[in-house]
Amino acid sequence: MNSKRLIRTLALLAAVAAGTIAPGVKADVLSTIAKTGTIKIAVPQDFPPFGSVGADMKPTGYDIDVANLIGKELGAKVELVPVSSANRVPFLTTGKVDLVISSMGKNAEREKVIDFSAAYAPFFNGVFGPEDIKAAKAEDLAGKTISVTRGSIEDLELSKIAPTSAVIKRFEDNNATITAYLSGQTQLIATGNVVAAAVNERSKLRRLSTKFLIKNSPCYVGLAKGESALQAKLDEIIAKAKKNGSLNEISQRWLHAALPGDL
Amino acid sequence: MAYHFDFTFVPDYAGMLAQGVAYTLGLTVVGGTLGILIGIGGAVSRTWNVRPFGPLYGYYVELFRNTPFLVQLFLIFFGLPSLGIKLAEWQAAILAMVLNLGAYSTEIIRAGLQATPRGQVEAADSLAFTRWQVFLHVMLRPALRKVWPALSSQVVITMLGSSVCSQISAEELTFVANFIQSRNFRAFETYFLTTAMYFGLALLVRQAMHAIGRHLIVRRPSR
Repeated sequence: MNSKRLIRTLALLAAVAAGTIAPGVKADVLSTIAKTGTIKIAVPQDFPPFGSVGADMKPTGYDIDVANLIGKELGAKVELVPVSSANRVPFLTTGKVDLVISSMGKNAEREKVIDFSAAYAPFFNGVFGPEDIKAAKAEDLAGKTISVTRGSIEDLELSKIAPTSAVIKRFEDNNATITAYLSGQTQLIATGNVVAAAVNERSKLRRLSTKFLIKNSPCYVGLAKGESALQAKLDEIIAKAKKNGSLNEISQRWLHAALPGDL
Repeated sequence: MAYHFDFTFVPDYAGMLAQGVAYTLGLTVVGGTLGILIGIGGAVSRTWNVRPFGPLYGYYVELFRNTPFLVQLFLIFFGLPSLGIKLAEWQAAILAMVLNLGAYSTEIIRAGLQATPRGQVEAADSLAFTRWQVFLHVMLRPALRKVWPALSSQVVITMLGSSVCSQISAEELTFVANFIQSRNFRAFETYFLTTAMYFGLALLVRQAMHAIGRHLIVRRPSR
């Protein structure tokens, strides 16, 4: 009786082990998608405008539109899986999703465990301001006033690169920084492109256009390591979407700005 | 307590801290002087109900004593540009401090004026003082003498209140402290130091007010 149970347990363990090892030998993700006709994509639900829950309780945003675009190109039904920024990589490495489209930046630590496709969305800190003020680089800030949130990445970077005659006005929080710009107390503002998009969406005063980038970290589609067929296909889809303007349309819809040419 | 104090950053920021102290003192001196002058005008206007200033001062005092200083500051710095009045952060900071202290000191000085016995004025009149002399030496000076400690406290309170001017990017002492703290994350040391500096500043302002009180107000008029 006891030995029978032991054998059964061992058999079960073996089966589980085989199942765990199996992904190494089974067919690649791309052909599985083709076979099942569905693709599971991890998207954010708490990070507008990339992903949030809409009025109809469905995820909506830049990343969701890109996920649907990719699904359409692959001819697969998209199954959206809401993730947080902390668990999006584990979702991918444990095979719970096929792709992560969750405003994810590329860095060395992540590249050790997952692969990345081409960039699909701009994400950067920069200097923004009205159309009529010219500032193409840090030196052009000489004699200008710039509002920035104290202690933020853009504050630390701008403090290093701005010429001494530039007047950096530091505020306690994003709201005060934005209000200082909108009320005309400063000529320019240093912040993230997502914040700038939100400002443009909510205010018709002093519309923001990008002057120059301080720190660039565009968003990439994440996929499991070694899926070269899927990676090539994704790169092809993203390149096509860039060329035919459909990605630019998504950028205009959610970020209220054209897709940067160098993305 | 395993916290390891580290004040080694202080020399790097000594210049900034000195500038912050100077900024705060500047705000206090200008704000205090103009604020008390407005207060004297207000107290006189309200005590004798000088039209149209008396009633106007009444609205002003109620408005500024019943709203938060920070909101007044935001209204001046962020709000007024909508009306085309754009003030730099130091101008907005001084204006807010002057208006705030003006409102409080109006009421403080008015209390002093009201505490002057009528007989004292009548006595001065019978001694053939001019109206101006009566006002200055028989009304105002004794009134200020009575309320000077309260007025000194109010100036110190206003000086401490100036710390919120950091919210509109005025680079006074609190701004400098926040700035340093955002660069080195040594919150305990930075604010410990700042607290000590504010305490020193408060003692200094109190001493200065005391000296001013002795020389300008208590002293007998020269003959």
